[in-house]
Formats: sequence, C-alpha cells, structure tokens
Amino acid sequence: MHIAVCIKQVPDSAQIRVHPVTNTIMRQGVPTIINPYDLFALEEALRIKDETGARITVLTMGPPQAEEALRKCLSFGADDAILITDKVFSGADTLATSYVLAAALKALDAQDPLDLIFTGKQTIDGDTAQVGPGIAIRLGHQLLTYVSKIRELDPANRHIVVERRAEGGVQVLRSALPAVVTMLEGTNEIRFAGMPDMFRAARQELKRWNRDDIAADLTQVGLKGSPTVVAQVFGPKPKAIKALRIEGDTPEAIAEAFIDKLFTDFPQLEAALLEHLDQLGQQGVTQ
Amino acid sequence: MEKFDVIVVGAGPSGNAAAYTLAKGGLKVLQLERGESPGTKNVQGAILYADALERIIPDFRDSAPLERHVAEQRMWLLDENQSCTGATYRDARFSQEPYNRYTILRARFDRWFSEKVKAAGALVICETTVKELLRGDQGEVIGVRTERAEGDILADCVILADGANALLGERARLRPKVRADDMALAVKEVLFLPKETIEARFNIAGTQGVVIEIAGNITHGMVGTGFLYTNKDSVSVGIGCMLSDMKKQSLTPYQLLEGLKQHPSVKPLIEGAEMKEYSAHLIPEGGYKALPQLYGDGWMVVGDSAGFVNAVHREGSNLAMTSGRFAAETLIELQQAGKPFTSGNLAAYKARLDGSFVMADLKKYEEVPALLHDNPHILGTYPRVLGDAARAILTVDGQPKRDKQKQVLAELKGKRSLLGLLGDAYKFWRAFR
Ligand SMILES: Cc1cc2nc3c(=O)[nH]c(=O)nc-3n(C[C@H](O)[C@H](O)[C@H](O)COP(=O)(O)OP(=O)(O)OC[C@H]3O[C@@H](n4cnc5c(N)ncnc54)[C@H](O)[C@@H]3O)c2cc1C
Repeated sequence: MHIAVCIKQVPDSAQIRVHPVTNTIMRQGVPTIINPYDLFALEEALRIKDETGARITVLTMGPPQAEEALRKCLSFGADDAILITDKVFSGADTLATSYVLAAALKALDAQDPLDLIFTGKQTIDGDTAQVGPGIAIRLGHQLLTYVSKIRELDPANRHIVVERRAEGGVQVLRSALPAVVTMLEGTNEIRFAGMPDMFRAARQELKRWNRDDIAADLTQVGLKGSPTVVAQVFGPKPKAIKALRIEGDTPEAIAEAFIDKLFTDFPQLEAALLEHLDQLGQQGVTQ
Repeated sequence: MEKFDVIVVGAGPSGNAAAYTLAKGGLKVLQLERGESPGTKNVQGAILYADALERIIPDFRDSAPLERHVAEQRMWLLDENQSCTGATYRDARFSQEPYNRYTILRARFDRWFSEKVKAAGALVICETTVKELLRGDQGEVIGVRTERAEGDILADCVILADGANALLGERARLRPKVRADDMALAVKEVLFLPKETIEARFNIAGTQGVVIEIAGNITHGMVGTGFLYTNKDSVSVGIGCMLSDMKKQSLTPYQLLEGLKQHPSVKPLIEGAEMKEYSAHLIPEGGYKALPQLYGDGWMVVGDSAGFVNAVHREGSNLAMTSGRFAAETLIELQQAGKPFTSGNLAAYKARLDGSFVMADLKKYEEVPALLHDNPHILGTYPRVLGDAARAILTVDGQPKRDKQKQVLAELKGKRSLLGLLGDAYKFWRAFR
C-alpha cells in the first residue's frame, strides 16, 4: 500500500503580528510550523503504516525552506518526502495549489500507485479547506472530508470505511480506493520520534520536483493560475468591553438590578420579551 | 548505536562556534539542540561583537542577519525620581566599515549560524534534549543520553554548550550547582516600531543604530542594569538583576521592566510601540571566581555553561563563540596528532583560554561581582545623588554655584559616610582598574 500525505509549512499564527500601519501580516522572523491540522493526517497515515506496513510519501508545495517541515515528517516515520518547488509556483491560491499538488500526485502515482491521499482539513493561514477537495476532483478520486475516524481499511477489496463529522451528527461512509481523506483535528496525537528516526530524517536525501517533473501547465500555476484576488485587508476594530459590578444584598436583588440594567441598556430586548410574553398569554400556554 | 568524534550539546553561539569549527576541521560532529530550531529558546540584548565571529566566519557580514551597526553608544544613569544623567559617544571614526559591533535578533542570528554549521558538514538535530552524560568504566564521558527512544549516542568528546543553567555538568557532578548569587535574571521585550520612527527618534539613518546602557535606581537598589537597543524595525528593551536580590525584594522582573519603560527618559522613545516578543533568561555573572572545572576526560564546557560572561561590559556571546572555537581547535589539533581526548590532553583548551582576552578580562573584573553585591550604593545612592546634583546646578534660581556644590556634597554625605565614600571610591577603582 502506498499513502501520500500533503502538508504545508505555515507561519505560527500564535506569533504573527499585524503591521500597525499597513495592516499587512508581518511574516518576517515569525517561526514556521507544520500546519497543525496536517499532523492529524500524517499520524493517521502512520497508524495505517504500523498495521499494514504501507509506505508513506509526504509532499509539499513551497519555498526551499519548507524542507525543514518535510524532514520533520520523515522523523515521525514517513518513508519519503518530495518538495515541489519552483519560482513559477509562488503566489498560488487554492486553485493553483491544488493543481500543482494533483499534478505531482499523478507523477508519483505513475511511479508507485497510490491507494490513499491524506490532507489536513484546512490550513491555519488560509482556512479555506479547499485544497483537499480540489485534489480529489482533479484526480477523479472519492472525497472524504472532515474524517474523525477510519473504521476499516481493506486494501485487498479496495475499500475504506470512515466516520465523518457532519452537521448534526456522524456519518459512516464506505468508499472505494483510491480516495482523498481530509482529517479532522483532535482525532489523534502525533508521535514522538525515536533517535534512529531523527538520524534518518536528518540524513535522508529529499526529492525536489520542479515544473518539468510534474509536467505543469504554466497557465495553471502560481500567480497566473490564481483567480483569487485579495480585495482588501483590514483589522477588526477592537471593541471596548466594560466590566460592571452589580451589587445587592440578596440574590434576588442582584438579579433584579441585573435585569434592570439589561433592559435600560437594551430597551429592544425588553420590548421583544414583553411581546413574546404577550403572545404566550394569548395562546393560553400553561405549564 | 551511532558514534561520533564529538557531540556538541546546544546550538547557541558557543555550540555553533564549536560545531562549525570542528566540522570545517574534518571531524565527525553531531550537534543536539532542545529547541524547535536553533535560537528559539535563546535570549540576548543583543549586541554582536564582530571580532569573535570574524575569527570563525571571516565573511559573516555578507550573509548574517545584522540589524544595525552601533553608531552611537549612550550610558544613562536613571533614578526613580525620573532623572537621567548620561554620556553619549558618537564618533565618525568608530562608525566606519567594517563595523565593530551590531545589534542582532538572536532567533534569526542563531538560525543563520546553524545553517553555516550544517553547510560545514555537521549533523544538527533539534527538538532533542540531552538528559545526561554517559560514563565509561573510568568515569570518562563517552556520550550522551537523549530523551528519545533508543536515545544513547557515543562520542570521543562531548562539548557542553548548554547555556547558563549548566544542568548537564551539575547532574554529572562535573561542577557544583550554580548559585543564585552568581546569576542574574534578565527580561527583555522586542517592541515593534516603524523604521522611520526609529530613525527620527534616535537621530540615525541607514544601518546606523543606537545602544543605550542603563544603570541606576531603576533596579530599586538591586545590583543590575538595563538596556535599550535599536534594531531595523524594532527596539529591544530589557533589564536584569541578580537572582538572589530579586528573591529578597520579591519584585517580579516584569515589574522592573515596566518601571524602566515608564521612566520619562525611556517612555517617549518607545511610545506607541507594539510588543513582538517577551522573554526572560539567566546570565551567569559570577565572573572569574565562579568558574567551574572547564574540561575532563572526554568533555569540555564552553560559553555561558562555563560562566564566561563579562558582566561589566555586557559581553557574553563573544566569549561564548571564542571559547567554542578554542574547544574545537584543541580537539582538531589533538586528533591530527593522534592523541586521545583525555583530561591531560584537553588541558590545552584551558591554556588557550588563559592566553586570550577571555580569561584576561574575567580576571580583571574578578572583584566586581562581590563589590556590587556588598555595595548596593554604587548603583543606587550615587545615581540618585548625581541626578539631584545636576538638577541643583542646572536650576538657575539666584543661588551662588558654590552654595549649590556644598549642598550637593552635604547631601551625598548624608546618604553615605565620608569614610564609606572613600572606601567605595577605592574599591570601585580597584575593581575596574
Ligand atoms: C537579556 C540578555 C542580554 C544579553 N545581552 C548581550 C549582549 O548584548 N551581547 C553579548 O555578547 N551577550 C549578551 N548576553 C549574553 C549572551 O546571550 C550569552 O552569553 C550567550 O547567549 C551564551 O551563548 P551560549 O551558546 O553559551 O548559550 P545559549 O545561547 O544559552 O545557548 C545554549 C543552547 O543550549 C540549548 N540546550 C540547553 N540545554 C540543553 C540540553 N540539555 N540538550 C540540548 N540542548 C540544550 C539551549 O536550548 C540553547 O539553544 C545577554 C544575555 C541576556 C539574557
């Protein structure tokens, strides 16, 4: 079995600052991390490897520095890593990104057929959750998003059964392989690598693929292949939040003072409540 | 099990200098760093002294992430009464290429240095903490134990470049526990300000930078100092005091820093700045008298872990880099001569240190830590009196200057006996001579 995991190196959003004057994100000097959602995808793939001995290839499209993120994935136990990097790929939106990743996965599949492709549910720097689905559509594979658990994986009969978190409940889905799975957060915890894996990750040669290696159509990559435009960037206005201490001798007095204050500040609330009570009275609702 | 010629523990300036020099010298080197990447855990003001790095990487200026070169140096005495007395040094001759000192941001600088180490051929592994040293039959150090599974790694020599806490050496009983009396705790903030604002407020242009070293009662009578350095688009402001004093005073470092930031001489310089980063770190300031054993069978200690800090001149990273280089050069020479890394042979490391500015400077100021510890007036009373004196003399109010001088002297005597004054002066002169 061969599994691909697509990851992205992102700025650590906990440490990002917005430029107070220009409102742009100051990326300089901000440490980078592996998109946290992708680690759930990688760990899920590693668990399959533990059980079935599957091979795992990790891919990322990114600048040369993304090598660091790939090496980290190797240390966790991935067998191979491919850095898809080319000047023409830069400035990509999710459409162009999913194009490049799909093209690379096609090239990888030709070398060593893929059974499963994992991605995180979304990235913390874009939050679009579009790349996983984009890859599935382009490759014509089944798409399983927001997966919280893999119940069953049967490479021989070529199917997978997963639990998918959907609005209002959990769906249990069975799908044919190959499939694209985007993993939900909190489903597992990435392992702590042993020393031998650390050595292997530090020494292993990474594969670097450029536009030729993935036979890229140059109109579909990078800035050129990206129809998304950022129309405007603005910081949310900080809200002035005031704390108020409400005092009273008895709990009832405090509650009354609170309601009073609420109704004074939000008269429409009182009006709406009265109207509602009125209606209840007219309908003759009894407990 | 993996085996290396040398394992370097830590990827700060001392460890990087050692690993780089060793790898260039053809030794098989492993460097282990507990931080996510080199520099993530490290704190410095930070002034980089070019000379120490130049001796390791001569063309460092071409690629190192330098913020500004130091064009102006100010010394300020601040007191709690809001006064500031100071001196400014700006000199076109000092401010000439190749520049002699720069401000840097350690997170970036350490990463850059680490890339150089890797390119030189050392194997660098991060996010890996060394738990303890492995010992052979004779007690010699034969490797390290990391926190990871199957984490024992062997080496002919281990260089301890693990910074101020020096836990590894202590755990292995190669040194006593670091004393709180010998440790300063410093806190620091990096505050974002647009480049143009910095240039206007500090009267600088291009890559020029200003550094301000601060002493006085902002430390509330504790032994310590503060600083404010300009970077490209941020300023670093920090303050440090002896750990033992801080414990006694029960002041938090953060309160001290807030006090410094609120001082009327500092506040306008950082007005409107946005905090980028807050950090706290120890500085070993025990000086010469607190130095531990520096080498033994199969091990050496460099940088902060050895206590190589010149607190008087606020130098640390240069002593760290120099000691790291010396340790490496010692090993390279021994290996070339086919000699084992025994205690007797590693004594050559100490000899190199003794013959350099590292030991000379530490020795020169060996009395300073004790002096400051026993005489808090030096940092408290005197700056206050100086501030008061300047105010008295500069205030034009019809009083004859002679009367004013008398008044100043009387005030000083009121705070410190004449004998005490003379004693301080003498001790001060002796210590800094
Ligand atoms: C606020 C402040 C301001 C300063 N200003 C200046 C200045 O302006 N100029 C100057 O020259 N010096 C300055 N110094 C001093 C300077 O920062 C230090 O002297 C210098 O960093 C020492 O380098 P080092 O490599 O010995 O230690 P460090 O830089 O502390 O590096 C030690 C490294 O070892 C790693 N490590 C520790 N234990 C382990 C372990 N068990 N396993 C694996 N890794 C480990 C740490 O993560 C760290 O990366 C300042 C210090 C402070 C705190």
